[in-house]
Formats: sequence, C-alpha cells, structure tokens
Amino acid sequence: MANIISDETIEYVGILAKLELNEAQKEAAKRDMGSMLDYIDKLGELDTDGIEPMSHVFDVKNVWREDVVTNGDDRENILKNAPGEKDGMFEVPKTFD
Amino acid sequence: MSILYLTALELSAAIKEKKYTVEDAVKAVLSRIKESDGTFNCYITVDEEGALKEAADVQEKIDNGTITGPLAGVPVAIKDNICTEGLLTTCASKILYNFVPTFSSEAVINLKNAGAVIIGKTNMDEFAMGSTTETSHFGPTKNPRNPEHVPGGSSGGSASAVAADECFFALGSDTGGSIRQPASYCGVVGMKPTYGRVSRYGLIAYGSSLDQIGPLCKDVSDCAAIMEVICSHDPKDSTSVKRDDNDFTKALVDDVKGMKIGIPRDYFKEGLDDEVRDAVLKAVDVLKEKGAVVEEFDLSLVDYAIPTYYTIAAAEASSNLERFDGIKYGYRTEEYNGLHNMYKKTRSEGFGDEVKRRIMLGSFVLSSGYYDAYYLKALKVKALIKKAFDEAFSKYDIIIGPVAPTTAPKLGESLSDPIAMYLSDIYTISVNLAGLPGMSVPCGTGKDNLPIGLQLIGDCFNEKALIRAAYAYECAGGCYHKNFGGKDGD
Repeated sequence: MANIISDETIEYVGILAKLELNEAQKEAAKRDMGSMLDYIDKLGELDTDGIEPMSHVFDVKNVWREDVVTNGDDRENILKNAPGEKDGMFEVPKTFD
Repeated sequence: MSILYLTALELSAAIKEKKYTVEDAVKAVLSRIKESDGTFNCYITVDEEGALKEAADVQEKIDNGTITGPLAGVPVAIKDNICTEGLLTTCASKILYNFVPTFSSEAVINLKNAGAVIIGKTNMDEFAMGSTTETSHFGPTKNPRNPEHVPGGSSGGSASAVAADECFFALGSDTGGSIRQPASYCGVVGMKPTYGRVSRYGLIAYGSSLDQIGPLCKDVSDCAAIMEVICSHDPKDSTSVKRDDNDFTKALVDDVKGMKIGIPRDYFKEGLDDEVRDAVLKAVDVLKEKGAVVEEFDLSLVDYAIPTYYTIAAAEASSNLERFDGIKYGYRTEEYNGLHNMYKKTRSEGFGDEVKRRIMLGSFVLSSGYYDAYYLKALKVKALIKKAFDEAFSKYDIIIGPVAPTTAPKLGESLSDPIAMYLSDIYTISVNLAGLPGMSVPCGTGKDNLPIGLQLIGDCFNEKALIRAAYAYECAGGCYHKNFGGKDGD
C-alpha cells in the first residue's frame, strides 16, 4: 500500500468529520482510507495542466430570488422531530460555562 | 390475469374504464406486500391507512374529472431518501430512524397532483451509499427474481418492489448508477434523467452535483409517462433547469432507422461477464436490424471514472451529512459530555460503516493540504470525461453498453471489499459525472434466472432518443417485465 495513513491524520480526520473511533475502528479506517487513496492516485496518471476544474456540468449562473418568506410557520411540526425541545426551541447541551 | 401484472398505464386506463377502482389497485398491492415482503424486504414503511384514504380521494377526483392523467389511481413506491410529508423518511439510517418530514419533495408533489397513490417507502443502501442495498440499517432487500441474490443498489427496494409487483412503479435516485444498476439486476426499466431535469428539492442530499431522481417501472411507455409527470422546473432547486421538451411520450415511436449508435469498446473489455456481453450485443443487433447505424468507438478515460466519482461524491457527502448532529432531527446519543462529545457520539452511533468511510474520505480530500491534489484534480478529470462524451455525441445519437459487468451477486458477497463493490458501477458512474441521461432496459436472463440490463446513454437533455431506441427494442420483442419469474402473463 503506497498511502500510509498516520495516527495523527486519522485523528485529524475524526475531528473534521465529527466521528469518534475506537482503536479497532481507527485501524480499519487507516487501512480503508489508504487503499482508497491508492486507488484515487490513479488520477495522477492524467495530465490536467490547464484544465479548468468543472464543478457544474452546465454553464449555469447563480439563481437569484426576492428575499420574501413563502412558507408558513411550521414550528410545531418541525420541533416534533427534534430529540430535545424546550419552550418552542431546540434544546442543546450546555455549550459554555 | 391478475391486476398486479398490468403496467401503470394499463392500470390507469382500466380504472378510467371502470374495470377496476383505485381501491382495488391499492388493496391488491397491499395484499401482495403482506404475502411477499416478509421475504423480499422491499419496504421500510408501508402506509396502508394513508394509501386507502388517498385511494378514495383520487377515485372521487377521477370520477368528477378533476384528475385525468395517465398515472391517475396508480400505486407508487418512493425511495426512503425522498421526503414525504407526514410519512417516515429514514434514508435507511439509524440516524434518521424517526424522521417525519414536514414537506414533500417536488417530484412527489408532482406525482400526487397526477393522482398517483403512495403505498410506502422503499429500502435502500444507507444514504444511498452502496451498490447492493445491504448497508441498510433495516436489513437487506432480496432480489425477487432470485432471493439468494442482492437486488442491486442503492435503489434496491424500489427496483425489487416493481419486480415483485409490490407496486406499479417506483421512484429512485441515481448518484452513480443507483437507479440503472438495480433496474438491471431486477429486470425492470429505470431511467436517470439529465441533471437538472427533475427537482432535487426534498431529496436528502448525498452527492448534490450528481444526484438525480428518476423512475423504476415495468416498461418503456410507463417510463416516458412517469418522466412527463416528475420533470418540472422548480425555483426551490437552483440547479433545476427550465425546459419545454418534457413531452417524453412523443418519443414512443417504433422507428430507429438511421439512428447513430456508438458502442464504446472500453465497455466490453476484461471484467465483463460473457453472458452479459452476449445479451447486450444481441440487443444491439435487434436495433441494427431495424435500421440503426451501429459503430464501435473508443470512449477513453473509463478507468478514471470510479476514482473521480469517489473523490467528488465523498467530498460532497462529508459536507451534506454535517447536518446530522443530533439536534434538529433523528437520533441523539443517550449519554454525553458537552456539545462536541454529543455530536461525535451521535454520529458515530447513528451512521453505518460505509457512510463513515465516505465521510472520512470526503473530509480528508477537502482538508487543507490535500484539496488541490485530490478534490481539485478530480474536478479536472471530470471536465475531461465530459469532453470525451461531448466528442462521442458529436458522432452518435446514443451510446449503448452494459449496465453492470455481471448479473446480481449473491447476498453477503460484496461488502467485504469496498473497492470491488465500487467496480460494479464502472459503466454507470461516468454518466453522472457528465450530467447525462441514462437508461436501463432488460435485455435477457443469465444463469440462475438473473436479469441482464442494457444501458442506453444520451447527450444532455436527449432522453427522447433513449426512449425511442428502448421502445423500438421493446416492440421488437425485447425482454419485457412479464417475461420474468415464470409468471403466466396472460
């Protein structure tokens, strides 16, 4: 395997991805990501100098609309899906002391 | 003949002729589900009560002439990543196990306005990440043509529900082949429309620049009729494109004289099973006999499509799936210590392995220091792939090849090696990268009664050429849904 993923890298990716991995999962993730990157490295065979990166297949421009509210107040139904709700608001864990 | 063997269009016509009521159709489907879904597991949710109520409403509207279209009264199944107001929508994930949307996706609204009756929500790979429907939190779906095999994925529940007559048609979504590949494995018709044809509003995003909703159905005429209903310009999806050529049923013409068909040599190289190759080439011969001009050519870059796709799709997935944080909806972990620990524990417990694998890869390729080497590089290769298709479509009206290298694998054989599973998408993935329309039509049966699919690929917004060729093939006695599974068909 050409790509060796270090413990630091997998730790960093865990922070970015907001995922908590135990030791066994970390080892598996290192292996999986290494072999995926080996596979993706195939793209290095292609000369892409001077090629514009293509994020959208059509030549579309930004779409604007007037800043007007068109949907109604659906707070009650939306909050029904929340794991925690208090006084008509989302309830979140304490974020600072 | 059982009502269940009718196509969507035949059923709707029979309802208008008062041979059947909408309730007959809904009850027939519900009883079929009770009989067979314990084996196949096509559905995550069946909305018996809602469907029966809707059946009465739609019947009234048909009777008083408010609804007249060709899908009026037809029971439909919806993939579980497409939001349905008031009806559980899980993406086959633990993290959304209890999510009830407060709105419906635009495609679903269009179907409801046309009088289609939603029966339930179909199983899928978790967040549409997979090729077998085995990554579902709710257990795998089995292939109705042979229950020892997978139905394909990620729209495996939708394809199976159509094949098992547990609905008359279904909606799926296709990010890298997720409609066409299960359609092929289950012997039904499936279409991935041009990017922007169908609104993505209400489709829970996986790879936003690649995702597209489309139909899975029993034949090409149904496909054209469903496309006419679900395609629309929607200001709520900024990538939705305004078109005035959504009259797809006009393309149901049994004539391919002079149609130029390109056969990419790269799609017939090693890795392709002989029985798939033979069935596809036989189908091409049928079109040739009807006057199509067939030529082989080199498409190039085929081997680069999968690494490009996984880089882009994983990057977009890592961003799209950030919203699942245990606050606004879905699962939240039981015990935690502060906000960040809650996020991490919720996501780690809520997502399955394949989803985590792609989120981590996506986070990595977008991270500072690796962005240029991986993500930007993939976007450049995407431009090259699009260019290769542009060149091909300057010479050909459509491209034809296989949908997948093999017929459906056995259950439990794919997940152990992710890259091997990704390879099953080699012929479908570049279509998404280039935003093109693609279609899968049954073209034969291989060993163990497993269906084989023919893939038709068109230039952007040229779905009509695909429908025309597929219809001509079907008229010539091409493989039809009713030919499978030992059904009597008459």
